[in-house]
Amino acid sequence: MFNFLINPYKFNKFVDIIFKPLVILTLLVLTAGLFLVYFSPLDYQQGLTVKIMYIHVPSAWLALLTYAIMTIYSIIGLAFKIPFSFIINKAIAPIGAVFTILCLISGSMWGKPMWGTWWVWDARLTSVAILFIVYLLIIFLNQTFENREVREKTIAIFILIGSINLPIIKFSVDWWNTLHQTASISKLSAPSIDMSMLQPLLIMTIGFSMIGVIIAILRIKAEILLRKKFL
Amino acid sequence: MSLRFQRLILILITLVFLSAAVVLILFNTKQNIVFFYTPTELIENDFILNKKVRIGGYVKKSSFIKKSLNTYEFKITDNVNELLVFYNGILPDLFREGQGTVIEGFLNNNNNIVASKVYAKHDENYMPASIKKELEKNNQWKKNYK
Repeated sequence: MFNFLINPYKFNKFVDIIFKPLVILTLLVLTAGLFLVYFSPLDYQQGLTVKIMYIHVPSAWLALLTYAIMTIYSIIGLAFKIPFSFIINKAIAPIGAVFTILCLISGSMWGKPMWGTWWVWDARLTSVAILFIVYLLIIFLNQTFENREVREKTIAIFILIGSINLPIIKFSVDWWNTLHQTASISKLSAPSIDMSMLQPLLIMTIGFSMIGVIIAILRIKAEILLRKKFL
Repeated sequence: MSLRFQRLILILITLVFLSAAVVLILFNTKQNIVFFYTPTELIENDFILNKKVRIGGYVKKSSFIKKSLNTYEFKITDNVNELLVFYNGILPDLFREGQGTVIEGFLNNNNNIVASKVYAKHDENYMPASIKKELEKNNQWKKNYK
């Protein structure tokens, strides 16, 4: 059933069916998200700037999620020798990098009015900056090594080493004193964010993920075509 | 056991050891990774005078004095110990009494801080302004929402 996730032929077949409905659905979700954000209430102490959250938080989540997906594909790619996983790693690394830089820029623009600074070297901000550098290195590694197999293995191992950063980013606000506040939404307790703000945030997250998926599909299909041509 | 599962286990074991190494490094350099100390930590640890430190805590209630334009004096507290802070500069929007703050500055001889930077720290609670009014009206407003 989930074979399309590891088999390029089934992947092509599957995405050809879902692509058009997915694009239409994405447009609908994002339009709904924008309306919800526009009509969402102002925060009791942050006022209008709280709306930066609806860009900042989804990009941060997706930056981490993209890396987590790359980590899983690296493990199965290395252990089970599935070449399709390396195609996916190559295709989605720039998407993760864009989400990370979006998160950093929007966070910076949020930090200036609220904290009084664009940037501080606290544990959360620094670890996300490291994530961005790791993404850049993965993208650059794609330009190295003539031998494709050596290159893909090197990148996969590099992704695995970089994945140690993920729990550090997630728990940095709990392990150390940081200027960044702790998580508002966790599994263990009720979210400390009001429903009227949580709703647009979740819709925006779904919308952002769908954009990510659309770009990923296009990039993976292009990569498959490229390899068919040169192999 | 097939070769592919041997590889899988090898990868997982490597990851576990690698993360153990990183965790050990991080927790042994905690002093350098924390962004700020609390007033209590600062007083207990005998920090060197005239060295730049960052201190985080709450702005003590009714301790804020505006000396002149852009010159302020307030106390920063962690509900155990407090330090007097002098600051000359622009305060962030969220800065007010009872609000979390992080200051950067030098400790002088009398346990006072001459701050060069003041950041506002906010917590993870988000709430529409209208609901706050409603809660206050019904005396349901909890102090920990601060």
